[in-house]
Amino acid sequence: MSAASPVEVEPTLTPDEITFLAKPWVTLVWDDPVNLMSYVSYVFQKYFGYDKAKAEKLMLEVHNEGRSVVSTGTREEMERDVQAMHEYGLWATMEKAS
Amino acid sequence: MSGFEHHRKSDRVIATFTGFEADLLRSLASQMVELLRNERAVPPGPTADPFEALMSEFSGATTIPEDPVLARLFPTAYVDDDESAADFRRFTEGSLRDGKAAAAGLIIDTLEDAGLPPELSEDGLVIDVELTRSEAETWMRAFTDIRLALATRLGVEAGDEDYWHSLPDDDPRAQAHDIYEWVGYLQESVVEALT
Repeated sequence: MSAASPVEVEPTLTPDEITFLAKPWVTLVWDDPVNLMSYVSYVFQKYFGYDKAKAEKLMLEVHNEGRSVVSTGTREEMERDVQAMHEYGLWATMEKAS
Repeated sequence: MSGFEHHRKSDRVIATFTGFEADLLRSLASQMVELLRNERAVPPGPTADPFEALMSEFSGATTIPEDPVLARLFPTAYVDDDESAADFRRFTEGSLRDGKAAAAGLIIDTLEDAGLPPELSEDGLVIDVELTRSEAETWMRAFTDIRLALATRLGVEAGDEDYWHSLPDDDPRAQAHDIYEWVGYLQESVVEALT
């Protein structure tokens, strides 16, 4: 038996990020020489609802590392996200999370 | 030349263009609409003006993914799975094309509603554009598509600004690159106005 003890939940996670469901797919955004950094950050905020700090972190990952995982979810969810990124002119692909 | 600004009182995103600038934007947006509607390759006709040849090449569409501009506008969603990639393309590309054509169409309609005549003739024409936030976002997406198209045709790469600026002013590629940078400036100003 165990007893519940008061613990603090990790305050930096949003409810969306806390799940026990399998989330085996990811959406990747790839760097290109055309899209503006400010625009990419705007798209991440507007479409995914990320705050400015998270959007800029992902944008800089794309810029510096060539790509970034911008969302995680079911295959259907990722197809919607990839399509939305293509609407915005970002170069996005999806794959099974490794 | 000035970009977009947010007008606080009306919550509109506004800009003022010269007749020349408005006419140029309309031409770029029209080429985008044509490119998106062309399924077949249309070889550009012979023309004396190399700049015109370059710009007409921009709308010389061919089937996907042969045309590199269309291949960039509609990237392959699954890198290692051809069948899923083909399915994704089948289910999404039509509506993506329609959305991008509608966005470019909004630029044309807005400019013409603001007083841009079918043929630009008078000097000193000024076109005032006032966009809702939603319209401004649509313009911003269309600017992205236009920039991707120009950059793909020109072969723009990361960190190549010095090369473009070293070309002589009368080089049509330098002129097209200036337009690419101008649309980028406009797009940046829309992002700032919306933020």
